[in-house]
Amino acid sequence: MQRIVDALLFPLLAVVSAFLVGAVIVLLVGDNPIRVYEIFFASAFGTVDGISYTLFYATPLICTGLAVAIAFRCGLLNIGAEGQLIIAAFAAAWVGFTLDTSKWLVIPLCMIAAIVAGGIWGGIPGLLKARFGSHEVINTIMMNFIAVGIVSYFTQYYYRLPGDPILQTKPIVEQAHIPRMNAILAPLGIDFPAWLPLNLGFVIAIIACVVVYVFLWKTKWGYELRAVGVNPSAAEYGGINVSRSIVIAMCLSGALAGLVGINEVLGYRYRYYDGFSAGYGFTGIAVALLGRNHPLGIFLAAILFGSLVRGGLFINIFSDRVSKDLVVVLQAIIILFVACEAFFSFLQKPSTGGKS
Amino acid sequence: MNENVEYAVEMRNITKCFGSLTANDKVSLKVRKGSIHAIVGENGAGKSTIMNVLYGFYRADEGEILINNQPSKINSTHDAIALGLGMVHQHFMLAGALSVTENIILGSEPTSGPMIDYKAAKEKIKSISSQYGLQVNPEKIVENLSVGEEQRVEILKTLYRGAKILILDEPTAVLTPQETEEFFTILRALKNQGKTIIIITHKLAEVLAISEKVTVMRLGKVVGEVETKNTSAEELAKLMVGREVLLRIDKSQYGKPREENILSIKNLSLSDTYGANLLSDISFDIKAGEVFGIAGVEGNGQTELVEVLSGLRPPSTGTIALQGQDITACNSRQAKELHIGHIPEDRHKRGLLLNSPLTENAILGLQNNTKLVGWPLLKENQITSHTKKLIQEFDVRPPDPDIAVRGLSGGNQQKLIIAREFSIAPKFLIASQPTRGVDIGAIEFIYKKILELKASGAAVLLVSAELDEVFSLSDRVAVLYEGKIVGIVEPEKISQQEIGLMMTGGKKSQTSKT
Repeated sequence: MQRIVDALLFPLLAVVSAFLVGAVIVLLVGDNPIRVYEIFFASAFGTVDGISYTLFYATPLICTGLAVAIAFRCGLLNIGAEGQLIIAAFAAAWVGFTLDTSKWLVIPLCMIAAIVAGGIWGGIPGLLKARFGSHEVINTIMMNFIAVGIVSYFTQYYYRLPGDPILQTKPIVEQAHIPRMNAILAPLGIDFPAWLPLNLGFVIAIIACVVVYVFLWKTKWGYELRAVGVNPSAAEYGGINVSRSIVIAMCLSGALAGLVGINEVLGYRYRYYDGFSAGYGFTGIAVALLGRNHPLGIFLAAILFGSLVRGGLFINIFSDRVSKDLVVVLQAIIILFVACEAFFSFLQKPSTGGKS
Repeated sequence: MNENVEYAVEMRNITKCFGSLTANDKVSLKVRKGSIHAIVGENGAGKSTIMNVLYGFYRADEGEILINNQPSKINSTHDAIALGLGMVHQHFMLAGALSVTENIILGSEPTSGPMIDYKAAKEKIKSISSQYGLQVNPEKIVENLSVGEEQRVEILKTLYRGAKILILDEPTAVLTPQETEEFFTILRALKNQGKTIIIITHKLAEVLAISEKVTVMRLGKVVGEVETKNTSAEELAKLMVGREVLLRIDKSQYGKPREENILSIKNLSLSDTYGANLLSDISFDIKAGEVFGIAGVEGNGQTELVEVLSGLRPPSTGTIALQGQDITACNSRQAKELHIGHIPEDRHKRGLLLNSPLTENAILGLQNNTKLVGWPLLKENQITSHTKKLIQEFDVRPPDPDIAVRGLSGGNQQKLIIAREFSIAPKFLIASQPTRGVDIGAIEFIYKKILELKASGAAVLLVSAELDEVFSLSDRVAVLYEGKIVGIVEPEKISQQEIGLMMTGGKKSQTSKT
């Protein structure tokens, strides 16, 4: 318990500090920070609608946060979650509009397609790193461009409905739709508004958090992967196949990013829509950083970032002078504060390791 | 004592804390002018800290410093240099690509107009080196120098700046026996010409050979100050550790090597990607119950030999056999499974996951052991009890399986590694620098464990930069020079001097040009 409190302390301080700096900025543009934050919290957390939108916006960030974290635990920086989730979403859509069979078959196949496609897209830079030592940061960035290009091309020239002015594929079959929260909660006797887009994807993201936690800390493979991340030389000395761990970590990372495709395609838009990702892959890096590369932290951090999206929209509409750009500023400041953790280190006790 | 003795350095009640750690607790020290004064103590005793206070790296929280009987404020190394202090660190601080002259004048370049006056610099260096017998060619590029020569450059650097008091931190750690002797000759020459020398070391034999007075430190305090001529290695060790220490290990009581060969290496070679030979044609056997030592100046193939034998790196040619079974192609995992234990030379680089808890370190290399790892989950209870067993058997402190290994002292970290490697019941143990950076008390313990393993019939390969260690533990010693074995000898039948000569290729030692 003490450990959890300790781990949460710095990220929490970073968030609070960011909100304080944000308040100063609001004052500078001539608005009332208390009122702005009131709008923010009321819209993001004040109602069932608000909370469920916040959670809906958080869902892709949980997935990409986990993706970045699992790679990071193996000592790798996956900047390519964006490309991985784009490829995955397209793969899910392709299966969804190509296979017209029972939902018991098509939904699992769509999900597998998303996971496998993301996994392959992440695994390629992993393989390049393990085999040739080429740096995964460069390669994952480049793979992003390739993913965007390929998917846009196929959407534009092969899978767009004739006459559709929007760059998107044809819709997936009805059976491939995954249930929204209202359908999931109805059997439990909970009346959840049907118009809300929160869907099974969110449940899958929570399950992913648990699975990642168990994998990393309770299994041999997770141990090996973390050992490589902490000290590759020692891992090698301990008989761990470092190259294989790198490939596995990148595949898993891509697969987790691919889960975004499930939420987006099977649960929300029911088609591949070009440019659907609001930089989820990149925000995922911030989420992982704020969440300290731990599933629980990532879950909380993703909800915070989700609330920033939701609250930002409302601040934009209902405040006098503050636009939603302030939200972007807040995000950036949070990340800056998290990144310079040493700033808060004066709060830390001078003890060196060991718990008493 | 005579009241008009002049003290070059006097430190009074120096206290220095780092956070909650008191590195120096009311340390007082008097160094006579023109003498060689040794400071000894275990790792973490505070001897480097007190010297760094003297040299202006750290500022003392309390206490005062007198230089030549004058109270002096030393707030930076600049102040220290101005007062005539000079310090040579254990790890040399030289720019390898620059010449000897350029290195020596760095920071205090003589100029004529806007140009550096190299001619004047060289003249000055030459006169200093001939005055003290510090022979070194000022034109040479530093990276082409031997370690002994580099050290002379470091000393020249301090003298060039007018140092009258020299602080030397573990100066002999990197030297062969011959180089050490020459180094002592230099020290005596410096002393005879009026310089004061403070030498930090943990090699007691050297303290007795060179110093006039010894200050012993333990846990940040001075626990003894003795005239060298009135003391012995045993007494110093006792002061350092706080209890009786067995300095000489009697290996004979652990039995003689048996007939059976455990490890056989034939014609082992290793070349790097450019085709240069790192190891050439190495062949030897290690018998059951034998400790086979490898002596040599660091960087002559020891690291590579250990990597090849532990499965971290495949050899280019040659074969390795364990009890007759060919294991040349085994990787490090398979080697572990064949009961080959490996204490790595650099425990931070290879041996440990520093930020991970003891438990995760205790299973490094054992992650395929079904007693500890199930499918798909780790057996956490078993791992914890395994860790506790290692902690108990090897007296690792603090005995908490859940703290990060980083919080342990070097000696305890090393004990954890050794405990882990012993837990696989090694038939063959590779012990590379097993006592590096470990305090005397732990060294004694580690020696005993290694010899017990030998007595139980395992084969041990001992690689160490400490010649004393190789000599006192090994049944046979191979000397490695430039990747080749230049001879295999029995330590009882050869002197350290002869071994020292072999370590430099059997030729005349590089440093004996003087």
